[in-house]
Amino acid sequence: MKILLKTGSFLGLALTLVPPIVFFVGNLELSLMKGYMGIGMVLWFVTAPFWINKPSKSEQF
Amino acid sequence: MSNSFLKKVVGETNEFERTPIPSGSLKGAKSFLGMYAGEHTAGTEFVIGPLFVAHGVSAGDLVFGLLIGNLLAVLSWGLITGPIAASKRLTLYYQLERIAGKNVVRWYNLVNSLMFCFLAGSMIAVSATAVGIPFDLEMPTLSDWLPRTPGWILTVFLMGGVITLVAIQGYTQVSRFANVMSPWMILVFFAAAIVGLAQLGVGSFESLIRIAQEVIWNGVPLAGMSKFTIWHTIFFAWFCNMAMHIGMSDLTILRYAKSWTYGFYSFAGVFLGHFVAWIASGILYSVFLQADSASQEFAPGAIAYKTLGIAGAICVVIAGWTTANPTIYRAGLALQAIFPKVSTWKITASVGVVTSLAACFPALVMKLLDFVALYGLLLMPMGAVIFADFYFSKKMGFQSEAALNSKSVFSIPALLSWVLTLVFCLGLNFIYGVEIFFLGLPGWFVAIAIFVVLSKIKYPLAKSSPLG
Repeated sequence: MKILLKTGSFLGLALTLVPPIVFFVGNLELSLMKGYMGIGMVLWFVTAPFWINKPSKSEQF
Repeated sequence: MSNSFLKKVVGETNEFERTPIPSGSLKGAKSFLGMYAGEHTAGTEFVIGPLFVAHGVSAGDLVFGLLIGNLLAVLSWGLITGPIAASKRLTLYYQLERIAGKNVVRWYNLVNSLMFCFLAGSMIAVSATAVGIPFDLEMPTLSDWLPRTPGWILTVFLMGGVITLVAIQGYTQVSRFANVMSPWMILVFFAAAIVGLAQLGVGSFESLIRIAQEVIWNGVPLAGMSKFTIWHTIFFAWFCNMAMHIGMSDLTILRYAKSWTYGFYSFAGVFLGHFVAWIASGILYSVFLQADSASQEFAPGAIAYKTLGIAGAICVVIAGWTTANPTIYRAGLALQAIFPKVSTWKITASVGVVTSLAACFPALVMKLLDFVALYGLLLMPMGAVIFADFYFSKKMGFQSEAALNSKSVFSIPALLSWVLTLVFCLGLNFIYGVEIFFLGLPGWFVAIAIFVVLSKIKYPLAKSSPLG
């Protein structure tokens, strides 16, 4: 399950950064880029909270 | 600014408040790298980058100024705050109490909490510029000091109310949420820079340099804005966290460090947040200005929405909220120290009301650079007092931690160092017209000098002193 969540999160981050790069090189419309970024945001929101906040005790202040 | 800091403060309210951190509780380097990286990518970054553009800083001045200023900030954390934190391992407040006495610390806490309220207010205002988009809210402009419409007041009060309620009830969840959001927000800043550059027509390295110099940071301030030079950039980047490094607020964090060198890890935060994020948000604002060069509107939420869509607008809301929330809580903690018998929720609610009132005034956003500089300046002298007490007490022959050793609740040298330094800085500003960004450096030396001289008079080191 954690692997799935992490995969979703990294896909979310990828959708946040890659579409702007593709837009930069001229291969993507602005509106589509915004849409992909929105999807990336939602993916990150619904997956990251379930795994990212569980550091080992030694990592916490 | 971040929740990580608050997380530590909250976490430590019941432990190690008045004792050094035991060796078993010290933290490794990774914790500090992560904490600093998240701490300096916040809602303020959406305002500061654009304000540099509005103040007409040139591209070269910005890049080199930020590199130099941020390096000086890292050195300040590493060489000034870190060694004292690792040696004493006490919170700023307790260290200050041992030197200046309880009554002086009370005044310090009051000023601190007021500054926190205003900072949180500015972040609520920033979030409101995104929340207001679907309601077609009239956005503030660069010259606005007062709210433009009742809708603005309503929006910030609603947001202030929600944020205060969360601060009262659910700090931990917000802190965790903010930690989750941090990596995504950092990438949104990168995305903003990439998209912004594309929209400005950058297609090669040569065009990047040309557009940076001629379009984004063209060296011409907007109407009504003062001109910024490389010196403004250096000193702002160095001193925007003055309260934290030479003001010693980060003693509270760095006291957990296994090594005194961990202060240098602040580079992870300042070069992400105060370099990449400021440049990115400046590019975003420049795209906005290209569409309407005469526009005086200054609304980070609307600007981010225009370039990045819903992800940009939500990033502004979250960045503002996750900065305002812990700041309100921190203000509450500072006030709680003054009024320990009043319940925490009442204190936090009062802070929320003051913060929401402050958020009504767009001036807090438009003058954020000045406010951040003032905030650091007001708290800095007490950091200088701690520095002088640590390094010069034996050498110059006065008692270290005089309030503790003389069982006093009120140290005249510490209080006068604070007040007279601020009077000196005010004088430089009013009489000689020295801008607020440049007052911190001379002020720090003046604070040390006043404290050393007065301490030698008031608390001379006797041979029988227990401190030897």
